[in-house]
Amino acid sequence: MNSIIEFIGQNISYIYLIILMVFVGIELISHVPSVLHTPLMSGANAIHGVVLIGAIIVLGHADSNDYFSLIVGFVGVLVGTLNVIGGFVVTDRMLEMFKKKPKK
Amino acid sequence: MNHLQEIAYLIGSVGFVVGLKMMGKADSARKGNLVAAFGMAVAVIGTLFIGENGFYLIPNFGYIIGAIALGTVVGTLMARRVQMTAMPEMVSLFNGMGGLAAALISIIEWQHIEAGVSLGMFIPIIAGLIIGTVSFVGSIVAWGKLNGKIGDFRFAGQQYINAIILIIILGAAWVTYGEAQISGGHGSLTYFYLTMIVAVVYGLLFVFPIGGADMPVVISLLNSFTGVAAACGGFLYDNNVMLMGGVLVGSAGTILTVVMCKAMNRSLTNVLIGMAGSSSGSSGAAVTGSVREVQATDVAIMMKYAQKVVIVPGYGLAVAQAQHVCHELENILMEEGVDVKYAIHPVAGRMPGHMNVLLAESNVEYDKLIEMEEINPEFATTDVVLVVGANDVVNPAAKNDPTSPIYGMPILDVDNSKQIVVLKRSMKSGYAGIENALFFDPKCGMLFGDAKDSLQKLVNEVKAL
Repeated sequence: MNSIIEFIGQNISYIYLIILMVFVGIELISHVPSVLHTPLMSGANAIHGVVLIGAIIVLGHADSNDYFSLIVGFVGVLVGTLNVIGGFVVTDRMLEMFKKKPKK
Repeated sequence: MNHLQEIAYLIGSVGFVVGLKMMGKADSARKGNLVAAFGMAVAVIGTLFIGENGFYLIPNFGYIIGAIALGTVVGTLMARRVQMTAMPEMVSLFNGMGGLAAALISIIEWQHIEAGVSLGMFIPIIAGLIIGTVSFVGSIVAWGKLNGKIGDFRFAGQQYINAIILIIILGAAWVTYGEAQISGGHGSLTYFYLTMIVAVVYGLLFVFPIGGADMPVVISLLNSFTGVAAACGGFLYDNNVMLMGGVLVGSAGTILTVVMCKAMNRSLTNVLIGMAGSSSGSSGAAVTGSVREVQATDVAIMMKYAQKVVIVPGYGLAVAQAQHVCHELENILMEEGVDVKYAIHPVAGRMPGHMNVLLAESNVEYDKLIEMEEINPEFATTDVVLVVGANDVVNPAAKNDPTSPIYGMPILDVDNSKQIVVLKRSMKSGYAGIENALFFDPKCGMLFGDAKDSLQKLVNEVKAL
């Protein structure tokens, strides 16, 4: 129990941040027309690709003779990049469709 | 951490929030995506080139930039080449990649854990592992289900089994923590990997029973899971942009999931337990009567001399790649002075908004796509409704048969119109696996065949008249 209280105490500013971000996320999505659900999901999908930064950090810290970390880290950065790039490109392709004005 | 890097992360975080906000409106959506992408780029560059003492090059730069380059090329190719119809499974696949990245980070970090590890260190690592793994495995299953490689799989009492597995995961994590306290990361590797394996099992069982029609909801939920997994990484590294981005997607994704459920009039619990979408379960009241088959010529005449035609596109249209010829038919009818509109059900296609994207791709004007609430009152004044490859979204059982699995789902009231023509490959039932009484309605005629071929015939017939 003590360790849990200690944990909360040490990370209190993060806990504030998390709670506020939860409200921001709810506020941003609540009043969106249903046609935009798919692109929005896809856009959010690209944003959580921010996990890439963690993968970069972990690969950056790996010792040059620690092959396990190097290989796993490499794969981590690779799939993280796939998430980011693929996510944004797919979203852009979807939204491109919405922008197209009738050409007559 | 260097202040410059903090500023880069701040720009990244603000980019995410503003970008997501802009994506919520049709006019600014595309720019919003670019704003979010810009935020991401700034954050990544800040990580690569800014260290403790100002500008530097991150160690192992060669490997990192190599992986990024490879990921960029492959990701761009995949995203560019994918057919618009296959978009939902692509999103699912990319989501799984994010989950995998989160799990891999935890696997590496575990190697560096020392005895007496604090909860503050342990929780983000183990949570990143569990949530990332579930999200990865679940997304891959969802991907396989959407492109038809994996079927539904369910057994009685599955929800209880899932609940038990969830408890086992938490128990395993707790044992891992205890073991790591004594012997550090290396000493507790077995328990760590055991936890991961149970998470894999959970990911499989979590998505296997869910019916294909509910897949978008699940993908959206897994999407928010990956967000939470990314946030765990942020916690671990005191990295604000990961934390902000992750939590933002976590909460936005959860709300999006709930909003999607509402649009389909399904409760999240029902989706997760897998109440509908089963072919073996209740199929509602049996439907009797005979169907009336019609020929393309008759339909062409009907439409040409109609005042108002409403097209109801469904997944069948997408599968047959018939959106272009559909647009052609619309153009020809417009030239004949017929008022043509499209009725878009919130879940037409496989995801909310999916059909709009497909039709927009073939240059159908945005304002011709009418949403369900707006078009429903118009059916009474519609002469011909052309249902192209849609089924469950026009099934009257949703309104008047309480025993039907789709009862309560809002549908398009096509039966209020004067004539209905259904373009369908066969009498096979739709995604929900239930009979459709609409097909037996005396006003309804069936034009059997591939959606694209049938539409092409209609185009030719209308031209020939």
